[in-house]
Amino acid sequence: MPIEILMPALSPTMTEGSLVKWHKAEGDSVESGDVVCEIETDKATMEVEAVDEGILGKIMVAEGTDGVLVNQVIAVLLEDGEDASAISTASAPTPAAAPTAAPAPAAALAAPAVTTPVPAPAAAPSGARLFASPLARRLAADAGIDLNAITGSGPHGRIVKRDIEGAQAGGVATAAVAVTVQPAPAAAAPKPAMVDDASLPPYTEVPHSNMRKVVARRLSESKQTIPHFYLTVDCELDNLLALRKDLNSRSDDYKISVNDFVVRAVALALGKVPEANAMWTDTGMLLFDQADISIAVAIPGGLITPVVRNAGAKGLVAISAEVKDMAGRAREGKLMPEEYQGGSFTISNLGMFGIKNFSAIINPPQACILAVGAGAPRPVVKDGALAVATVMSCTLAVDHRVVDGAVGAAFLAAFKPLIEDPVSMLL
Amino acid sequence: MSDSNFDVVIIGAGPGGYVTAIRGAQLGLKVAVVEKQHLGGICLNWGCIPTKALLRSAEIYHYMHNAGDYGLAAKEISFDLAAIVKRSRGVSAKLSKGVGFLLKKNKVTVVDGEARLNGPGKVDVSKDGKAVSTLTAKHIIIATGARPRELPGLEADGKLVWSYFEALVPETMPKSLLVIGSGAIGIEFASFYRTMGAEVTVVEVMKQVLPVEDAEIAALARKSFEKQGMRIMTDAKVAKLDKATNSVTATIETADGKSETITVDRVISAVGVVGNIENIGLETTKIKTDRGCIVADGLSRTDEPGIYAIGDVAGPPMLAHKAEHEGVICVEAIAGLDVHPIDKAKIPGCTYCHPQIASVGLNEAAAKLAGRDIRVGRFPFMANGKAVALGEADGLVKTIFNAKTGELLGAHMVGAEVTEMIQGYVVAMGLETTEEDLMHTVFPHPTLSEMMHEAVLDAYDRAIHT
Repeated sequence: MPIEILMPALSPTMTEGSLVKWHKAEGDSVESGDVVCEIETDKATMEVEAVDEGILGKIMVAEGTDGVLVNQVIAVLLEDGEDASAISTASAPTPAAAPTAAPAPAAALAAPAVTTPVPAPAAAPSGARLFASPLARRLAADAGIDLNAITGSGPHGRIVKRDIEGAQAGGVATAAVAVTVQPAPAAAAPKPAMVDDASLPPYTEVPHSNMRKVVARRLSESKQTIPHFYLTVDCELDNLLALRKDLNSRSDDYKISVNDFVVRAVALALGKVPEANAMWTDTGMLLFDQADISIAVAIPGGLITPVVRNAGAKGLVAISAEVKDMAGRAREGKLMPEEYQGGSFTISNLGMFGIKNFSAIINPPQACILAVGAGAPRPVVKDGALAVATVMSCTLAVDHRVVDGAVGAAFLAAFKPLIEDPVSMLL
Repeated sequence: MSDSNFDVVIIGAGPGGYVTAIRGAQLGLKVAVVEKQHLGGICLNWGCIPTKALLRSAEIYHYMHNAGDYGLAAKEISFDLAAIVKRSRGVSAKLSKGVGFLLKKNKVTVVDGEARLNGPGKVDVSKDGKAVSTLTAKHIIIATGARPRELPGLEADGKLVWSYFEALVPETMPKSLLVIGSGAIGIEFASFYRTMGAEVTVVEVMKQVLPVEDAEIAALARKSFEKQGMRIMTDAKVAKLDKATNSVTATIETADGKSETITVDRVISAVGVVGNIENIGLETTKIKTDRGCIVADGLSRTDEPGIYAIGDVAGPPMLAHKAEHEGVICVEAIAGLDVHPIDKAKIPGCTYCHPQIASVGLNEAAAKLAGRDIRVGRFPFMANGKAVALGEADGLVKTIFNAKTGELLGAHMVGAEVTEMIQGYVVAMGLETTEEDLMHTVFPHPTLSEMMHEAVLDAYDRAIHT
């Protein structure tokens, strides 16, 4: 029986949208995962992917059509061995008159095979019951998160605690969603929000993602409420680079980066100056027994900080493998909440962009963040004479409520020799 | 497909292995389970189940002694140890047979013998040292369980120093007994033997008995044990055992540097269990181990693709119900179902001594250590009508909530029948209820479970009966 492709709902409130473009023509073969067409609402465009394979038998709604109702049949897919004559038995366009109307029987039969892999909660008509645990509801209310925007990963798509935590950390919910949502291009958002501000040049408004909101909230809170101070130290890298080259030449199984050395050096330095491995709470200072190092990783639309647990107990190869694995999965949005929550100290490295030196904002509730710059040849004075060395500047941002200047300095004094004489990391 | 090729081969038919096998079969997988000794494993044959049978005898014996409290009279109270043991063995045998029936009903192939991995995808089976067959499978699940931990100098010898194997089948009732270790296993045996009349000394190296439990609950339990005549030494260590023909003299060192010797008929060594990772061919794979257990992720995957580890051998908490649940998730993931890793913070634990102990989630100290702002509720048994009517007025129900979100972080109980009640809180945690939902839940009257309601109310200063 031919498979109907229905107009998907991009949000719970969406009742209609525009069919912008067909990526397949009638007679084209369609593989599962192929983009079939593009749909647009006032907020976003969405690519509709095929779940089943077959031949695109007939396009029911031409491209460029506005006001296509949700659940209307937009095309029919023919399975192996079927020819176009089968389409006559397929249902004619059956627009859903109202979101609450029962689907036509034919549509109901075809439902399991329909290629609209929109997450269940998002497809629910507005006013339908939303399934969320009591704890998830309370956490969402506290964090100001709209449950309608969340995909539930619990039983039967129920929204549970981990989904809220995922959304808070940047919308990395674990549920697989086959629809790629992109911000609408300028043409789709012709009305800027601040229309009265005529002095602005033309612009495009990009709606905030959850991650953007979290980044904005947490870092504003950090910079406004935490008394930051900054300590900078220059570290000579030549020994480290030589050791790195030597280690990396021994095997193809790993490729240790400078940052991996920095992670280990920070963990070991925290072991020597445990007062810096701390966190402020209203009732008391938490002093951690191990260094769980958060690594800032840039991902599309923001950043996330996967954590290397107890990094001081791990060797360079283990750290390197872990960071590579988590950073890769972070970019794919596949980190589990326990992999990016917690952490006692953060490292932010912009060396790969050639940044010489910068000051980072503390990642609350942690007390310290180390901003790592690029290693570059610089003039240094050695034995009273000018010489050239590869130098990397690191700036520690410190929460003065927890860590005083002398303690921060002691941390850097422990960190610097580990970087400059990396063999001492073996000790 | 030959008869030696399966979708899933499971090594070990303990509670983890056999439940996983049945779930796999339900999902349409072709499953074999290799077991070297008993269907049902340690749990059913030498652990959870036979100890419950012994403790039931002890409980009734205890009631008989206290018949007068209830206006009854029981004279010439005595027991037949051989009959108690026989009943316990009978219970195990019956249930083991039941497991065999269930596996057969679900068309799971049961292979009798010792399994050994032979690289990925292959399991060699031998019996009495002779090769029997080689099984091949896309997926292999290691469920080999654990065995008693042996400390140097305190090893069980089967005669004077017992592990749980010997402690389950005593031929004579020792007059005096030293139990090393006050975890669930040690305390349950201490409770059984004390109730049956032995002089029992328990030595625990940690600061409290039942070290994983909430400190307040453990302190109440200790008070009860001492009231029953048990001697409890915490912060203490058995330094050595000197064996005579029919007695053992133990040297016990306490934290304050003093040492003491006591002479007992028998010693039970209950210092924990270690994973069975030896002689199963791990060296033919990329599997990694850590502190005696196989390293596996939340879906029980090891470092060798296609090989999984569940239950005790995959690390703590070493509990039968954790093994079962882990196995089910593992095999459901193999079958392509959408699953989430087990949440270890929501695995309950039960100890069947008298009084019983049951708990789930974080204890008070752990919750504070995690930096949580918490609310703690408490409700004592003596304020509960049913408890007083039962003559079981000793005990406490304790709840721990996240003060900010109302999430139930933990629940801890000591007292009569608490092991049958804890699942109420486990369900509540699993469904992510908040204090509000629990407050709105109707608990039947008169039951012990009303204390679970009151302990929630008390966390928000709303308890009615205190």
